[in-house]
Order: sequence, then C-alpha cells, then structure tokens
Amino acid sequence: MSQILTKEMARNIFYGGSLFFFLLFLALTYQTHADISKGDRHQLLDDPQVGEQIRLGKKIWEENDCIGCHTLLGEGAYFAPELGNVYVRLGSNIDTLKARIKGLINMPATGVPTRRMPRFPLTDEQVDALAQFLKYVSEIKTNRNWPPTKQG
Amino acid sequence: MKYKSQAVAKPYFIAAIALFVAQILFGLIMGLQYVVGDFLFPEIPFNVARMVHTNALIVWLLMAFMGAAYYLIPEESETELAMPWLATLMFWIFLIAAGLTVAGYLLVPYAELAKMTMNDLLPTMGREFLEQPTVTKLGIVVVALAFLANIGITILKGRKTAVSLVLLIGLLGLAVFFLFSFYLPDNVVLDKYYWWWVVHLWVEGVWELILGAILAFVLIRVTGVDREVIEKWLYVIIAMTLITGIVGTGHHYYWIGTPEYWQWWGSIFSAMEPIPFFMMTVFAFNMVNKRRRNHPNKAATLWALGTAVMAFLGAGVWGFLHTLAPVNYYTHGTQITAAHGHMAFYGAYVMISLTIISYAMPLLRGREAANPARSQVLEMWSFWLMTVSMVFITLFLTGAGILQVYLQRYSDNPMPFLAVQEKISLFYWLREITGVVFLIGLILYVASFFVGQRDPEKAVEAAPAEA
Repeated sequence: MSQILTKEMARNIFYGGSLFFFLLFLALTYQTHADISKGDRHQLLDDPQVGEQIRLGKKIWEENDCIGCHTLLGEGAYFAPELGNVYVRLGSNIDTLKARIKGLINMPATGVPTRRMPRFPLTDEQVDALAQFLKYVSEIKTNRNWPPTKQG
Repeated sequence: MKYKSQAVAKPYFIAAIALFVAQILFGLIMGLQYVVGDFLFPEIPFNVARMVHTNALIVWLLMAFMGAAYYLIPEESETELAMPWLATLMFWIFLIAAGLTVAGYLLVPYAELAKMTMNDLLPTMGREFLEQPTVTKLGIVVVALAFLANIGITILKGRKTAVSLVLLIGLLGLAVFFLFSFYLPDNVVLDKYYWWWVVHLWVEGVWELILGAILAFVLIRVTGVDREVIEKWLYVIIAMTLITGIVGTGHHYYWIGTPEYWQWWGSIFSAMEPIPFFMMTVFAFNMVNKRRRNHPNKAATLWALGTAVMAFLGAGVWGFLHTLAPVNYYTHGTQITAAHGHMAFYGAYVMISLTIISYAMPLLRGREAANPARSQVLEMWSFWLMTVSMVFITLFLTGAGILQVYLQRYSDNPMPFLAVQEKISLFYWLREITGVVFLIGLILYVASFFVGQRDPEKAVEAAPAEA
C-alpha cells in the first residue's frame, strides 16, 4: 500500500469515519422511529379492544415460533408461505383467515410426505387474536406495496 | 504457546467444533425436510431443526471468537491473561446454558419452553436467531461481560497493539448491540427495525472487526511480515467496513414498512460493502507473497487465504447480487437470501474460526509450530471438500431462488408458494447431496486432530531472501 498513508492516518480514518457514519445512522434512525410510530396502521395498537387483540396475537406468533417456518414481510424462514399478506391473499376477510388458521393448526396425519404444519392447541380467543395480528401486519403500508404479488 | 494462560482457549475451540458438527447434522435434517416434508415429523418439526441449526452456529462462532481472544490477547499484550479461572468458569456456564437451551428446543414445544422460562416477565422470544429464552439471553450477557472484563484488563496491563484494540472494539460492539435483543416493541415495524441492530450490525458490522483482527494476527504469525504493514491494512479495511456497513443496514429497510428513502441509503451504501472484503483478499494474498518465513503450518495459511476469498464471494459478491432495491424487490425473502446467507457465514465466520483453530490448536496441544504432515494433509482435504461443497450449495440455492422468483413473483401467472416449492425440488435434492459431501469434509476435519500426533515436526524456516 502507498507509503503516503501512515498507520496513524489509517487509524484516524477508521475512528473518524466510523463515528461520522454512526452518527448519520442515528440521525436517520431518529427520523424513521418517529415516522414509524405515527404510521396510521399502528394507531390500531392504541385501540382498547383491537389493540389488545393485536398484542395478544403478536405474543402467540412469537411464543409458537411461527417465524421458524414462515416469513413475515420477507423475514424469517423460507419453508412455508409468506404471512405478511395472508389476510389479503385470503380475500381480506377475517373470518376466512380464522377458519384457515383453525384448519391448519389441527391438521390430521395424512401419511403423505408433504410439508405439514405442527398442531398448535390454541383457543378460539387466541385464534381471533392471531388473525387480528396478521390483519394488522398485512395493512402495514410497505413501499411499492411489497410483496410483488398476492402469492407473497 | 508463549503464555500458560492461553491454555484456557482450548476447551472453547473443542466445544466450537462439537457444536459445528451438531449444526451440520441439523442442517442436513432441514435439507431433507425441504424435499421429504414429513421427515422426522412431528418429533423434530422444521422450525425446531432450524433453531438448533442457526443457534448452534451462533454459539459455536461466539465460542471460537472467545477462544481466539483468550489465545491471542496474552500474546499481543505480552502478559498472562488477567483471570484465567474466570475464563474457564465462563466456559462451563456458557456450555451448560447452550446445552440446556438446545435440550429445551428439542424436548418441549416452544410455547411450553416460553412458559417454563417465564417469557412473560421480559418477553424476548420468538424472533429469528434470537429464539433463546430470556434467561439464556441474560446468561449470554453475563458471560460476555466477564469475558470483556478479562480481556480488557489484560490489554490494559500489557502492550497495546492495533490487533488487540480492534478485536476489543469488535467484541464490545458485539455485546452492546446484543442488548437490542431485549427490546421487543408491539409495533411490528419498530420491532423489525431494531432486530436488525443485532443481526446486521453484528454480521455486517462489528463481527467483521473481529474477523479482521484474527486474520491480521494469524498473518503476522505465519508470514512474518512487519506488524506495521499488516496493522495499517487492518485499519483501512475495517474503516471501509464500518463506513459502508453501518448505513448499509438500510438494505434491510426496503419492504418492512419503513420510509422510502432507505431504498437510496441502503442501495448506495450496501453496494460498497464488497469493497472491504475485496481489500481483505488483496491483503491476505499480498502478505503471503511477501512472507519472510515459511511457516510449517500450511493448513492455517490455506484457511487464512480461503477466508479472504470466500468472504469476498459469499458476503461481497452474493450480497451485492440482491442488495439493490429494484432487484431486492423481487428477491427479498427467497432462496436467494438463503444462498447468500450460507456462503457468507461459511466464508467469513466459519472459515476465520477454523483459521485461528488451525493455527492455535497445535500449539495448545504442546507442539512447536504445526501439526504433522499427515494431519495437515487431511485437514487440507477437509478444507477443499467443505469449501467446494459450500460453493455448490450456494449455486443450487441460487438456482432454486431464481426459479422461485420467476414462478412466484415475476411471471404472468404467479404460482402459490407451495406449488413453486414442488417445482424446484430438484435443486433442493442437489443441495442435500452436496450437504452430505460437506459432512464428509467435516468428518475428515475432526479426524485430522487424531492423526499422526506422535510424528516429529518441522521447525519454522526463513523464506529465501528473494521471496
């Protein structure tokens, strides 16, 4: 490497450059954080009834490791369908979504070697909450309305 | 081995290799489940195998990083480790916590594990890669703090080199950003936003500092090139890493409900993320060409060069392929991501771990400089088998990903997810077969530790003056 650049200069570029771009990242984060918090769909979280359901639904989503097979807005595992838009895929009907969840978490053994969803012993109230959570996620305004197609 | 206390690194390296084996076995289970959907169902559902696969990876890499630090910091600082007993104690705490966590994943349903570990008190579970029960996460924090104190005090009382400072900054960053795993907001977009502060700022940020420091240390030792030269390279490389990588986090903020401007910040900065990896490749080959000694540990040199090349290919090239927002619009969350993830993790972090293990283990086992020739030959076979099969795993997953994007997102009549999976199963079969070759390479790697240990060894010799 060129003799003009000394080790001390390289070190200063590292400290100065990293600090500068970290501060830039913090500034962008500050703006984004404010923007996300006031997003209209997230106002739902303040609703006394639906907000409570979404919170419970998110907890069920997490405590059953749904992300271990599915993606949610493209993040997660690639073994099972995207669920960030499942509400829309099923025709934007909450009852269809609930019925679908109930069917899938109680799937009987078929003997066919295809991918299957494990059984999850959820109550009706928990299924309702999970459906509300998935509806909330599918209504998040994503850039260019990602995913590109209804299929996720 | 110059300092007695370096010996604490040995159990860390052994446990790392054992967990590596577990990681690969569970990877093969998942790979088979991709094509034989009900394999081991319902005993080991896919999500459980995946948790073990990814969590074992994270833990063994952390074990290897800690072992690396315990090995190289005394040598860099020219003093004994401050508290060797603490390092050994933390090893057992970490190992037992990891073992219990994996047992929890395998033995009880995840929801049950959440209940048993009282996730309600401080919910942190159920996010990708951060599935560990909250109590395990707290354990990781304790281990990390004790580790950092041990390393930090050792550095303070001894010689301060660029290698040890960079390593310390990387490890500090690792600990600090892990704290975001305790932040779990209800707002899904915020949740995802800060989840990346752990995941991205680890693997595309501070971990690269750890990688660079370990690589620099091994290159100083095996090439004998002047430390001033190597440390200057190290600073330039990691400067580029953080200058591009921090704002480069934006390439995860395209489609998750975050503002549109991230498409610009993310695309521009992450497009530059391959630069430091390319510099690392140039650096490693340059140093080996300018070597002042012929170190008898050929295997360690091979791993070091391999790291530089494969990190550039996996993290740099395969990352760039889908990092621009207009491309990522189609590829986000497909097998393209999986392809990149596999080669990047292997090329950067698995290989640097195997580099330091390859360099340090012979010395930790009481040899003068290197393993006997027979053992090294076997180790180099394992290098090629694992590396070549990882290249093919990546290519097959890329093929699967391109077809998936086309059939599910790009063609005129997009097909449902599961129908597409059926169509591309050929690629999953090829990936699984290649995975078996990887496993064979790994078995040879483990075997290399047990071969020819009683053979006499060659000493370090000076390179011819012209070299």
